[in-house]
Amino acid sequence: MKLLKVMASAAVVLTLAASASAEKAKIVMEGSTTVLPIAQAAAEAYMDKNADVNITVRGGGSGVGISSLMDSTCDIGNSSRPIKGSEIAVALTKGVDPKANVIAMDGICVIVNPANGVSALSKKQVKQIYTGEINDWSKVGGTPGKIVVVSRDTSSGTYEAFGTLALEGAKVRPDAMLQASNQAVATTVGQTAGAIGYIGLGYVTSSVKAVTLNGVDCSKATVLNASYPYSRPLFMYTNGKPQGEIKKFIGWLLSADGQKLVETQGFVPLK
Amino acid sequence: MYKTKEKIYEWIFMATAFSSLIFLLGIIIVLFNEGLPIFKDVGVFQFIFGSSWYPTHIPPEYGIFPVIIGSFVVTLGAMFIAVPLGMGSALYIYEMASEKQRNILKPVVELLGGIPSIIFGFFGMVIIAPFLQSVLKIPTGLCAFTGMVVLGIMAIPVVCSIAEDALSFVPRSYREASYALGGNRWQTLIRVVIPAAGSGISTAIILGVSRVIGETMTVLMVTGGAAMIPKSIFDPVRPMTSTIAAEMGEAAMGSPHYHSLFAIGLILFLITLVFNVIAEVISRKYRIKLGLDV
Repeated sequence: MKLLKVMASAAVVLTLAASASAEKAKIVMEGSTTVLPIAQAAAEAYMDKNADVNITVRGGGSGVGISSLMDSTCDIGNSSRPIKGSEIAVALTKGVDPKANVIAMDGICVIVNPANGVSALSKKQVKQIYTGEINDWSKVGGTPGKIVVVSRDTSSGTYEAFGTLALEGAKVRPDAMLQASNQAVATTVGQTAGAIGYIGLGYVTSSVKAVTLNGVDCSKATVLNASYPYSRPLFMYTNGKPQGEIKKFIGWLLSADGQKLVETQGFVPLK
Repeated sequence: MYKTKEKIYEWIFMATAFSSLIFLLGIIIVLFNEGLPIFKDVGVFQFIFGSSWYPTHIPPEYGIFPVIIGSFVVTLGAMFIAVPLGMGSALYIYEMASEKQRNILKPVVELLGGIPSIIFGFFGMVIIAPFLQSVLKIPTGLCAFTGMVVLGIMAIPVVCSIAEDALSFVPRSYREASYALGGNRWQTLIRVVIPAAGSGISTAIILGVSRVIGETMTVLMVTGGAAMIPKSIFDPVRPMTSTIAAEMGEAAMGSPHYHSLFAIGLILFLITLVFNVIAEVISRKYRIKLGLDV
């Protein structure tokens, strides 16, 4: 009889424990494809460390992330641009108070072949090269030769960032070679004497040469203090100040461990 | 008992036999279902003949003409390489090679056909592109011409092995009749054997075209990927397959961009379908002509 009682109470305790662990904390992130690699890697690493948290990551674009945050269909809205005033107004009417959390910096370096004599360009020249107004290196102070323009695939986050920061919304010339990754752009530029390309700061190696832009070199320091023209913060928007598990997650992402992960994904850590 | 068992086996094998049909139907349904919605936003004519492909620009432009031209230019060029080399090797293996040579050459050709396309892509990107760039003094080695060369090499085994089959299907009596009438080896080959195998050879070429136009990984790696109508064969191009492969991963599901990529897939599917039907029709005709089983 006694044994039965012990067994019964053990069973009750076990069921309670099981139901408690089944109640996993859930975080849903959605938005920018630029932030996506960071969000995915961070979610995986965080879930490895905290088995009781379940993080779902979805892409869709910055606009999608911010509007899902307004509709409360996600907990964190990832965005590669600051929220617009109009979006804040809409959010407030829905009882959502978007708060910006900067989690990393994104810097895009303009690169050329190491053998190229040109090592400084202006923002205007880069735009002219990419929109097709300038076709020859002699126009920007180099030895005469056709400029081979290398760009990223139109769907990539880097393309989108470059389009906003460098081209101010203008179209990339149709004869630009589109490569599928930062790595592929670097390889192509490294192999092609007359090539110009752009890649995330984290991907610059000695096989290519990053040019200075308006006299500012592309480095961690200049991206961090935003003096480099093609730099921008990346955001995770939350409803009000982050609370509970979300606060822990973002806190971890901003810690030394989290920022190391940011760097391995090709972005610029905040520290 | 015995009968039910028999029936069950019959059903199982019938299911396996029809599985291909089910998969094919599934693919066709998905292609139409996901591809057609784009035509609500863009007219069919504008989609196929529009000359600018800026799917993520604001406002977006969905014109796939440069992409279709890219596919055709590369395919045509590749056939200029694959047909002479493939046909040449088929003729040699069939007509002139000794037993010993044939035993080496045939497996080697088949082995070339078995190499994964990504390896051809690597080969093209790392070896052929820089080589052509320095030899021809062109701005970039990643261009339509490199694509033609690499895809041409890839299509050789298809052309060669099917053409060789076609040649060996020509009945012995045809050749013997030709020799009996005093024809020499060259005359027999050119005037009797090749015409008799003509439709089989056309099938070989058409299937080679199908292979090349549907190839994805290699073109993605070696053709440079510029969505424009090339002015010369040394300009970078962006064939249909690489457009889909490069952009599908990042296109938001259900967006016009997503549907437009499916629509490109649909058009590509229809093109290869036409080629395969032509090949089938020709090869049937040829079997009837030679009095073989249909």
